[in-house]
Amino acid sequence: MATKKMAIIASKGTLDMAYPPFILASTAAALGYEVQIFFTFYGLQLLRKDLSSVMISPLANPAMPMPVPMPVMVQMLPGMESMATMMMKQKLKKHGVASLQELREVCKEAEVKFIACQMTVDLFEFDKSEFIDGVEWGGAAMFMGFAGETDVCLFI
Amino acid sequence: MNFDKEFDASGLSCPLPILKTKKALADMASGQVLKLIATDCGAVKDMQAFADQTGNSLLSTEEANGAYTFYMKKK
Repeated sequence: MATKKMAIIASKGTLDMAYPPFILASTAAALGYEVQIFFTFYGLQLLRKDLSSVMISPLANPAMPMPVPMPVMVQMLPGMESMATMMMKQKLKKHGVASLQELREVCKEAEVKFIACQMTVDLFEFDKSEFIDGVEWGGAAMFMGFAGETDVCLFI
Repeated sequence: MNFDKEFDASGLSCPLPILKTKKALADMASGQVLKLIATDCGAVKDMQAFADQTGNSLLSTEEANGAYTFYMKKK
C-alpha cells in the first residue's frame, strides 16, 4: 500500500489554534502518514524557538469557557491576556495534554516537514535566526507540489 | 496475558497515548506484545483506530477502576 500523505496549512498563532496542526500532524505521522505543515502568516509564530509569545485571549473569543463571566471591558485590561494564557497552560497540564514544545518535538522526530512561508517572513521582517532549525523556506507553489498528492489536506 | 514490554500512559490526554504507543512499538520485534495502560477514555477508540490503520493487532482492551489496559501485538 502506498504511503498516505497529509498536508496542513497552519495560519493562526494563538495557543488554542496552535494545537490542532501539531496534534494532527504528530498523530498522522504515528499512523504512518508522510506529513508536511505549511506555516503562513500568524502560523509562523509556532516555529519560533521561544514559544512564550503564543498566547490566548478571552477578548473577542466568547466561546472560551471562563471560571466567572467576564465583561468585555474587563477582558481588555492590561495583563488579561497573560493571565488567560497562564490559566490555560495550567489547565492543559492538569489534564495531561502535551505542551506545544513537546508535540512539535514529536513531529520533528517523526520527520514531519515544516515549511515556513518566505513571503510572511519578508512581510513582517522577521529574523530567521529566531526560528527553530530544520525549517524549509518556501512558497505556495512549493506547498502545492506536495498538497496535490495528499489524501488529507487541511487549512487551520 | 503475556507481554514483552509495558508502558503506563496514565494521566495523559490525546494524542499522547497513541504517540507513546508508536514510540514503544518502534524498538520491539514483530510478534512481540506491548501492554499499555491509559486513563484517557478517548484512547479506547483511538487505540483500535491506530491498530486498524497501522496493521498492529489490538489483542484485548480491559477496563478497571477508570484505567484501560491494552495489549497490542506488533505487526
